[in-house]
Amino acid sequence: MTPTLSAMVLFIALPIISVFIQSLHIQHQQVIVVSESCGPFGCTKTTSVDTEATEKLRSEQPLGQFNGFNTYTNRSHLAFAEIVEAWNSMPDTRTFLDRVFNLPFYKALAFTLTYTLVVTPLVILLGLAIAVGVNALPKIIRGPSIFVSLLPFLVTPLVGSLILFWMVDGDGIIGATLQLIFDDPSLSLKASTPLMWIMLMVYGVWHTLPFSFITFYAGLQTVPQNTLEAAMIDGASKWQAMTYVVVPHLMPLVYFVTLMLLMDNFRVFEPIVSFSAQAHAQSLSWIIFNDLREAGNPLFGSAGATSMMTIIGVVILLTPVLIRTWREFNRRVK
Amino acid sequence: MSLKKLILAGAMTCLMGSVSYAAGCGPEAQSIRVLGSDFPAIQAISGTAKENCGAAAQEFTVTLKDNTRDIMNAALTPNPAEYTSVIVANSTLTQLMNDGLVRPLNDLVEKYGKDLKPNQLIKVDGNIMAVAFMANSQHLFVRKDVLEKVGISQTPKSVEDMIVAAKAIREAGIMEHPLVMNMKVGWNVGEVFNLFYLAHGGEFFKEGTAEPNINNEKALAALEDIKALVEYAHPDHLSQASNETQATWEAGKAALGIMWGSRGGAVLDNEGSTEEVTSNTVLAGAPTVADGSIPAATLWWDGITIAKNVPDAEAEATFAALVSAMTADMVAKHNDDAIWLLDGFKPGPAAAGVTETVVGGAKAYPMVPYINLMHNALGAELVDFLKGSESAEQTLADVEAAYVTSAKEAGFLE
Repeated sequence: MTPTLSAMVLFIALPIISVFIQSLHIQHQQVIVVSESCGPFGCTKTTSVDTEATEKLRSEQPLGQFNGFNTYTNRSHLAFAEIVEAWNSMPDTRTFLDRVFNLPFYKALAFTLTYTLVVTPLVILLGLAIAVGVNALPKIIRGPSIFVSLLPFLVTPLVGSLILFWMVDGDGIIGATLQLIFDDPSLSLKASTPLMWIMLMVYGVWHTLPFSFITFYAGLQTVPQNTLEAAMIDGASKWQAMTYVVVPHLMPLVYFVTLMLLMDNFRVFEPIVSFSAQAHAQSLSWIIFNDLREAGNPLFGSAGATSMMTIIGVVILLTPVLIRTWREFNRRVK
Repeated sequence: MSLKKLILAGAMTCLMGSVSYAAGCGPEAQSIRVLGSDFPAIQAISGTAKENCGAAAQEFTVTLKDNTRDIMNAALTPNPAEYTSVIVANSTLTQLMNDGLVRPLNDLVEKYGKDLKPNQLIKVDGNIMAVAFMANSQHLFVRKDVLEKVGISQTPKSVEDMIVAAKAIREAGIMEHPLVMNMKVGWNVGEVFNLFYLAHGGEFFKEGTAEPNINNEKALAALEDIKALVEYAHPDHLSQASNETQATWEAGKAALGIMWGSRGGAVLDNEGSTEEVTSNTVLAGAPTVADGSIPAATLWWDGITIAKNVPDAEAEATFAALVSAMTADMVAKHNDDAIWLLDGFKPGPAAAGVTETVVGGAKAYPMVPYINLMHNALGAELVDFLKGSESAEQTLADVEAAYVTSAKEAGFLE
């Protein structure tokens, strides 16, 4: 018990606590001096940071200024002030919603949730269907078809999405074919928000399908044959045997796969970067990346706040599934 | 006897010659570690410095990467720093100075820089913080054969000229999307706004403060110009940066472009393209806007800095070595690799665009500590306007709001 607990504290609790503390702070007020800068193209009046004075502030309080939950509520995150203002000033719900989804956090949340809620069920259903299909194949071709079905999972996400990105380019094989079919030379998957969302979700399904497939396939090997035979003798059709015997038997696995997929999909990130999709789709993870990427002024507080809210989001999504699993577990133990 | 003396004298002269040569490299047996971006001009400077002074140094390493900007602050923060010198540009010098990671070069310039020209010295508040060696800017690329086909013999001078030309090319059925610009979401699209905003005479901040100042008529006019131009750009333009636009150009699929001067050499060389494209590509000054005279471009320089957190002897040796590369000989060997700010540079066709843009009076990329935050806000928020899902006024208000939020967090605004 103690080793497990200390490992959990060390590797899970402490990092989260440190991110949380970070998210409550912002940088010190920088001491700015007005100066003149000259170069090959002439002189201009400019400002620069008085690094000595700023350094002094920093060494006194290395964490930065305490900012409480203000980072959580500012425009880049929950944007309470902006939402209240929009609610009071907007004539109807539609323009109000337009304003809300114009805010970076809600824009990203909208895509992240849509992605999670579309991709997760699709991956579970298709994964189960493929697993049943492969299980019914003659033994001799089963091995190769398992291998082929696993391929998308073996491709590194970044590489897989880049390949698809090039294929849907106007000059790529899919992009050019679509232009030919619809007879529209300016048709571009990358220029339209709905098409970009669809493409990201199709990629998401393609990439994670093997995970649910292989889990269900393993589960299918444990389905009790005598129950199945009994059902058949009772005159159950194949479909009935599937829904009344196989699926209930696989239910714990379905919960497991759902948990994993919800967590993974809520943190969707790589396809957005490799599809250069930021113009049309942003996710919570992408926002964190964007805050930290600015090497000159990385916004640690913002990134910390978005991380905390991502964790909370995952917990909210997982709660119903966890409760189900817990009940199931208790029922079985009794 | 006298012969012996003569030989001795000769040997002495040789020795003294080599001693004074080593003196050109500053203190001997030091460790020199240079970090820079990976492109031909920087390869030339750092390579030549290593040839000159590598023997006198105990260690001479050159690290050239694509993502220098992302690692330089972290690399210079420890004491001793990971590198003794970083080769920077306008915006990255500010990034290092914000954290106080580079040292003033006044005494080193006095000791080793007698051949440097005054316009190479980057001074901030009276201190020399960097020594520039090359210039860069965006400018116009034109396919003169395509323009001639639609009856335009003059190189476009303004945005209006460009639109007339683009329209003519489209209507003649030669190209549906004759124009290329680096419009990729993020840094690139923000930079395009900078070009046009500066050309309209805009200022990013209220003078002497970090307060934003871009929600105004000039910014609206800049957005209108951009929108009018991208009408003729490929629908995928929001995912295209230099590599994509250069490839489109070299494939002969564009006739008008606003691209980086540093791509000029690569477009004009005999690799990656056809004779038809290279022989008809003309590099010209960036376009002007609204009957003004300022080219829509930002001027950039690249130059050397010396890390603060290194021993003085290493700093001196590094500076001496890098300055020893800034000579007419080096320029003669690498003339077409850059728009050199050094003696002996003979501007060729690849330099014409940048030269015209500089002479035309384009503005330098602003060197203020919070410009990166503004640039980021622009890069993220302008997209809504360009996709047509938001008005220009709302977009500019969003940019200011996004900038203010991050500037507060970074401590530039209260």
